[in-house]
This record gives sequence, structure tokens and C-alpha cells, in this order.
Amino acid sequence: MPDRIADPWGRRTPFGRGDSWPVRVDRYLQRGVAPADVDAWVPTASILHSNGDALDIAVKDGRMVGVRGRADSRVNHGRLGPKDLFGWQANHSPDRLTRPLVRSDGRLAETDWDTAMDAIVARSKALLDEQGPSAFGFYTSGQLFLEEYYTLAVIGKAGIGTAHMDGNTRLCTATAAEALKQTFASDGQPGSYSDVDHCDVLFLVGHNVAETQVTLWARMLDRLEGPDPPRLIVVDPRPTVPAQRADLHLAVRDGTNLPLLNAILHELIAGDRVDHAFLEAHTVGYDDLVAAVGACTPEWAAAICGVPADGIREAARILGAHDRILSTCLQGVYQSHQATAAAVQVNNVNLLRGALGRPGAGILQMNGQPTAQNTRECGADGDLPGFRNWANDAHVQELAELWNVEPSTIPHHGPPTHAMQIFRYAETGSIRLLWISATNPAVSLPELHRIRSILAREELFVVVQDLFLTETAALADVVLPAATWGEKEGTFTNADRTVHHSDKAVDPPGEARSDLDILLDYARRMDFRDRDGAPLIPWTDAESAFAAWQACSAGRPCDYTGLSYDKLRAGGETQWPCNERFPDGRERLYTDGDFYAEADYCQSYGRDLVTGAAADADEYRAQNPRGVAIIVPAEHVAPAEAPSGEFPLRLNTGRTVYHFHTRTKTGRAPQLVAAAPDVWVEVSPADADGHGLGEGDVVAVITPRGRIHGRARITGIRTGVVFVPFHYGYWDAGPERDGRDRAANELTITEWDAASKQPLFKSAACRLEKVRDAGGETAPAPTTTASRPLRPMPATAGGADADVDEDPGA
Amino acid sequence: MKIALALREAHDAETELASELLAVGERHKAEHDVYHLSRTLHRWCDEHVRRLAEQGTRHGLDLDAEADGEPGRGLLARARERGSELVGRRPEPGVLLLRDLRDLHLVAARASLAWTVLGQGAQAVRDVELLEVVTACHPRTIRIVKWTVQKLKDAAPQVLAS
Repeated sequence: MPDRIADPWGRRTPFGRGDSWPVRVDRYLQRGVAPADVDAWVPTASILHSNGDALDIAVKDGRMVGVRGRADSRVNHGRLGPKDLFGWQANHSPDRLTRPLVRSDGRLAETDWDTAMDAIVARSKALLDEQGPSAFGFYTSGQLFLEEYYTLAVIGKAGIGTAHMDGNTRLCTATAAEALKQTFASDGQPGSYSDVDHCDVLFLVGHNVAETQVTLWARMLDRLEGPDPPRLIVVDPRPTVPAQRADLHLAVRDGTNLPLLNAILHELIAGDRVDHAFLEAHTVGYDDLVAAVGACTPEWAAAICGVPADGIREAARILGAHDRILSTCLQGVYQSHQATAAAVQVNNVNLLRGALGRPGAGILQMNGQPTAQNTRECGADGDLPGFRNWANDAHVQELAELWNVEPSTIPHHGPPTHAMQIFRYAETGSIRLLWISATNPAVSLPELHRIRSILAREELFVVVQDLFLTETAALADVVLPAATWGEKEGTFTNADRTVHHSDKAVDPPGEARSDLDILLDYARRMDFRDRDGAPLIPWTDAESAFAAWQACSAGRPCDYTGLSYDKLRAGGETQWPCNERFPDGRERLYTDGDFYAEADYCQSYGRDLVTGAAADADEYRAQNPRGVAIIVPAEHVAPAEAPSGEFPLRLNTGRTVYHFHTRTKTGRAPQLVAAAPDVWVEVSPADADGHGLGEGDVVAVITPRGRIHGRARITGIRTGVVFVPFHYGYWDAGPERDGRDRAANELTITEWDAASKQPLFKSAACRLEKVRDAGGETAPAPTTTASRPLRPMPATAGGADADVDEDPGA
Repeated sequence: MKIALALREAHDAETELASELLAVGERHKAEHDVYHLSRTLHRWCDEHVRRLAEQGTRHGLDLDAEADGEPGRGLLARARERGSELVGRRPEPGVLLLRDLRDLHLVAARASLAWTVLGQGAQAVRDVELLEVVTACHPRTIRIVKWTVQKLKDAAPQVLAS
């Protein structure tokens, strides 16, 4: 059986353009359990990445014993990646939180639910009296369920009435949403994964799909190995698996996506490889783009990006020769300098080519986390629920009527407060209660010494609900033990708008409760009321919360009104919008130019891509009277922290296929731990020589904000760029670590994109210092992925414990 | 012709805006977006000043081609930045921020008006080259004006409600 640690993508099942992607059912059961032993297979989908792979949890004697991909899923056709095959074991981990904790005399001590919740409620009521809603901040996740986000959104926006709500989706997917709002005036993924089956060009910009969406890459690989393969263009400073496979790999300097894309647009325009009929019918702004990129020649961009001008011309030639183009972006764009500006130019490439809303012609502005889409839709982040426009009073009025509250209750005097600003308000003392759910900012936010000092502030009351005593929970005043995936019911939506129902397979450990139950309990204890004195939140469980959300989504782009739990159960996954017009969901948005961009309907009037200043309704109407797609150009500006004498290298932080986020779950699955056990530092051979480094030598990475160390892995990464995975915090760091010398975010800069407010994790300058020789060890980095070593060494493998059954006939 | 007067006025206004952007950034270094963006926008002003100086030469003026030194490079500037960083992490820098953004807005608005006057003058005297400079630069100054308003609107509620 295949070792899916050694081969994360599994066996090939090639197919040709327009054919159906063959099914291959991946199954992993814990040692000693045979398929016939399984009591029940409980349907759900992946919670460890954004792809939304549908799977069943195997249950035996009330315990999870394995997983199996769902053959009937439009997303994965039965396949699973290593995080899903092995990550479920974290549910069993002996260090799960099972009782609430409350801090007393400086220490967290176990208590009962009443005591913990009463402590939160007492502080909440005191703060409402003393200061009002502005004292409250809610920082949530991309890993809860839709019903939980919507409940949280109503608690925050109508119960408390605070503008300070965001999710860690700010770190992963805010730029995707903002880029879509810029181009289409509303969030909403235009494309579909099935565009892979039909495309002639795959254009991956800063998207290491092989590691972030394993089965989507398997689908691409199967196209690449079949008849009529698409051309593959990859923009990435690292030698990722897709880059190794590409027809054209443009290894740009970090943070130079925008000049590269401007030069590609320049070439498309100069060669008149432009679908003028499409532009005429479906867009405004083309002339602005022509003027903006007039001087952006390949030679100009080549000097900034550090790639050959001919490579840029070749990219434009390939893109200009086809109109079934699938373009995708992820963190290489979203977490880099000029994030939104660059993501928008990718949209512009497709608009210029008329490549939108047809099979194979689409855009996937990807998500980072499994349920990030719902954080965005439900308004648990810096948006209003249902992709409503905070600057449109009629939209606020709709919500006020739905919730039966005064419109003035719902903060809409400005854009909802983004995560980095929430932490700034906590730092300056005006946010005094910060409620963090299912995320770990003490490892995942930039400049960690600052974040730790904020969370530790005496004056700040921190509530954390999580599965484990994370680095963040350890700093909290109250810790609430949460039930997770497989232990609760709910729905969630992936990056191509596919809604999955996730059933409860097993009971949560100890007294752990679902996040929904925790939030409903808080609402009950706070006694939030509507305008007529009735409970603000009348729903009591997941299904009734879903019904409430459906009513909120009615008539909006993310319309769920045609769905129900019954319809979604047992493989009934459906893409939104699902309503009377699209009773089975809609595969692609914007076919024939039916946009959501009309001024009275749209989610956003647009923003200045450099300053972030919002346009108003009048400006928007004047610019886009027909409600079509908007071609928004952007000029190149210099980064805040360019490499210089003291810090001559660029720091790039990112991820590996075997781990998710801060490893709260994947760090507790033995196969995944063994595959990538500790932090490493990727350097090029030239930079290694310059610092006297060999493979496995311990090296310090230093920026103006901190210093960490790890073993060096010498790879084909671009010279001048240093890569450090961001997954590794301190809960399992070992005694030789001092609590501030392992996490990549000790080093990162506190800076964010002006339009999307996404922190720029790939935007710092650094230097290297050798600490000591390898002592016979190699870097603890996988050999199977972008961290592939140049020097021969034993390959990463999982052995018998990673054997997975792959059934191509299923 | 008094076009040189308008040129000098625009040059003065952009020079002042460049310097104020740096000063506000330094005073509010712990407001990370203000700090970083003020330096980006300063580079725009720096370019405006250079182009105005070039035009000045054509009109018999001797205008400084540089708005300022490199942002934040001077010893004094560094000391000020460090000081603001420390101050900024204690409560209540918000009121100072609102005041500084208001003042910055007024400086930017003055620069924008100077461009308007200069543009009208350039058309009246049919100075095509000068008009090109105005057309290229003035929109950016307007964007700076809009940013100051946006930042004020974003910052004011929390400062005033807490």
C-alpha cells in the first residue's frame, strides 16, 4: 500500500481535457482495525486546509479509528491528503482540555462551567456599564462552523454592538476577499475546482498548491499527465513541487508580484492579446490600465523582480494564446508586499483574456483555512453578514430588521475593525475584553514579543476557547474547553463555494462543549434582547442556527435558502448560491456577466490600493454605472523593509504539506510529527557558502524584532531569500528552547496591506549567523516538497504506519 | 506672467507635506499603518518636489530638488521614533493621533489646492510640459488628502468612545 507520507499526492490517475477526473478512494484505518470492524462511517469534510475534501470518519466503539475519502464528492473524488489521513488522531490526544480554567493568583486552575461563564459575564456587564461596546474585541478563526460564526456575529454586532470583530482569516484570506471586492464589487469565488478539468493554462501565482491543497494538486497532476495537458506557469521564489513541474517558473524576488503582473499585462496589451468584445460588454476601466502599465516593460519588471525579461514575455505569450485560463493565488501574493494590488492584477489577466465564467476559464482566489469562507460570509470577520455593504445604510437596515434591533446598534460608522487594529486597541488599553476562539495568535501573528506582551496585560481580560492549552490559552484569564470537528454538528464551505454538512461522530472529551453551545450559553447569560424584548438569539442548536443564517443570506450572493440539513447530509454537498434560480447550486459565478456589482447591491465601493481609503457610493456610481467588473490598475511602490546592509536577505515564512497553522492538531498526529518534527531554515547554496553553512548546521535568523535558530536546509531556493516555516511554537519545543527562539513570527514585521489589512508575513529583511556545526544531523525538513535538499539524503517516509489504501475502482 | 509664483507655492506646499508626513509617521511609529504609509507617501511627495524643481528651472526659479533627506535617517529623527515607540505603547496616544491627522490633512489640502491653481495656470499659458507634471502628480496628492480623512474616520470612534 502506498506510503502517503513519502508520496503526499498518491498514485496518478491521468485524464484528458473535458473528461471526468477518475475516482480514487483513499482510506486509512488505525492499526488493527479492518473495514469490516467499523461501526459507522460519518460524513464530513476536511478541517485541516481550505480545499474542502469530503470524507467519512470511521467510528468503532464510540471512538474515531480512521477516515475515508468520499467517492461522490465533486471536490476530491475520493482522495485525501496526509493531514486528513492522519490529523484526526489529535482528537484523541491525552492533553485535550476537558474542564474550564480560570486564572486566580496568577495561575490557571480547573473549575466548572458556571464559574467560568459567570466570570466572563460579570466582566462583560461591568465593561458595558463602564465603557460600552468599544471595550469588546472578538478574534475568531477559520476553523469553526458556519452556525458558530453567524451566532458570534449576531452576539458581537447586535448583542454587544462592537465594531471590533475579526478572524484569523485576516491572516489567510482577507486579500482574496478584498481582491474580489475590488474587481467584482463583492466577495464570492468566481471559479470552480472543475475548471482544472477544462483549462488550457494553469497560472499559479504565489500558490504552492501541492502543499496547501493536496488533492487539488493531484487533480492538476492528473491533467498534466493525461492527454492535452494544460501549460503550467508558476510564480514563486521557492522551488515548490509545482514550480519543478512547470513549463515556466518565474522565481521572483519576494514582494515583487505586482511589477511582474504589470509587465505581463503590458505585454498582453502591447501585443493586443485582449478580448475587446468581452471588455466592452463586461468591464470598465480598461483605459486606466493601459495608461498605468504603459511603461511597465518586461525589462523594467525584470530589474525589480530578478527574473529574465524573456521569461515575462513567455508568460504573456502563453497567457495570450489561450482563453481557457485558470488563475490562482495564495499566500505568496496575500502575505507579500502590495498584496491586494497584485491579486487584483491576476483578476485583470483573466478579464483581459475574457477568461471568466466558462469551463476552464476562471479565477480561484484561494482561502487558507477550511472554514474561512464562512467567517467571511457570516460577518464574524471585518464584514457584515451576507456580503452586505457597511457603507450602504439600506443594507444595515436589512440586518436591523432581520435581528429586530435599532440600526444604530449595529456599528457601521466605518469599516469593521481588522485584527491588527484590534490588537493595537488592546495594546493601548481601549479594548479590555478580548475573546479568542479557535486560534493561536501567540504563534500566528507577527512580532510575537509584542503579541505576548499585549495578551499578558493586566488590564486586558482574555477569554480563549480551544481544544488544547495553546501558547495563547496559557496567557488567558479564562480558558473554555471546546469540542471540535467530529464531536459536533454543523456546516462549512470551502474555497470553491461547496457547502458540506459535518455530522457528530463521537462525544467530546470530558466537559468540552461545542463552540456553538458556548456562544449560545453566553448569549443566554447576557440576556441579549431584541427591540421587542424577545431573545435576540432564538435558535438553540446547529440546525436552527443554520435556518437563521439562511434567512440572513436570502437574496445575497451567498444565498443558502435552497439548502437544508436534509439536502446536505450524506454527500449532498452543494455550491452556493443555492436558491430558486439555482436549486442545485451554481458551479461558476459571472457567466455572461451577471455580476453582483450594481451600486445598491454590491458589497464594496472599492478602496485605494496604496492608501486603503474607501470610495463612496457616488464615486462608485460614476465609475461603474452599469454594475460590471472593474479593471483596477495599481502602481508599484517600494516595500517598507527592503534588504539593506545590516539585514541583507529577504525573510519568507510559510508552510509545509504535513502541518496546519500552529500544529495544534497536526503536531499531535505521530506520522505528521515525524515527517516534519521541528523548525528549519531554507537557504540557497550561494547564501550557504557566504555564511559557511552546510546542510544541518544550526543557524540563527535575525531581524530587528527577534532571533530564532534552526537547522539549515540547502535547497534550490532563490539566492537572497531565506524561508522559515511558521508552524513551530513552543508547546512542544523541548527544554533547550527559551520560549522566543523558535517561532518564525518572532521575526516578522508588524505591517499590513492597506486595502485588505492582511499582515505581510513575507515582507521582512533578515540576516543569518551560523551557531554551530551539524554534528552529523540534517535539517528536520521534508525531502518530498519545496524543502527538497540539493544534497542526497534519506527521503522522508512514513513506513508501515503511513500505509494508505488507495482504491481506484471505487 | 506670474506662473512662477504658482510653481513656487506648489513646491513649498509639497515640501511641507513631505516633511509633515515624516514627522507624523515618527510621532506615531506604534501605529504601524500610519508609520509605514507615511513613508510611502513621503516618497511620492519627494518625487513631486523633484519634478516641480525641474519645472522651476524652466521658469527661472532655483528650487530645492529634494524635499528632505532619507526618511528617518537623521539621528534626531531616530531618537524621536524611538521615543514615540515607547510612548505609543502606553495608553492614550489616540488624541494626539487625531490632532496630527487633522493637521496633516490641512497641509495636504493646501498642497492639493496649489496643484489646482498651478494646473489652471499651466493651461492658461499653454505650458504643455508643466501641465503634464500637474496631471501626473496632483491625483496622488488628492489620494493623500483622502487617506488623511479615512484614517481620521477610522481612528476617531475608538478614541472618543473609550
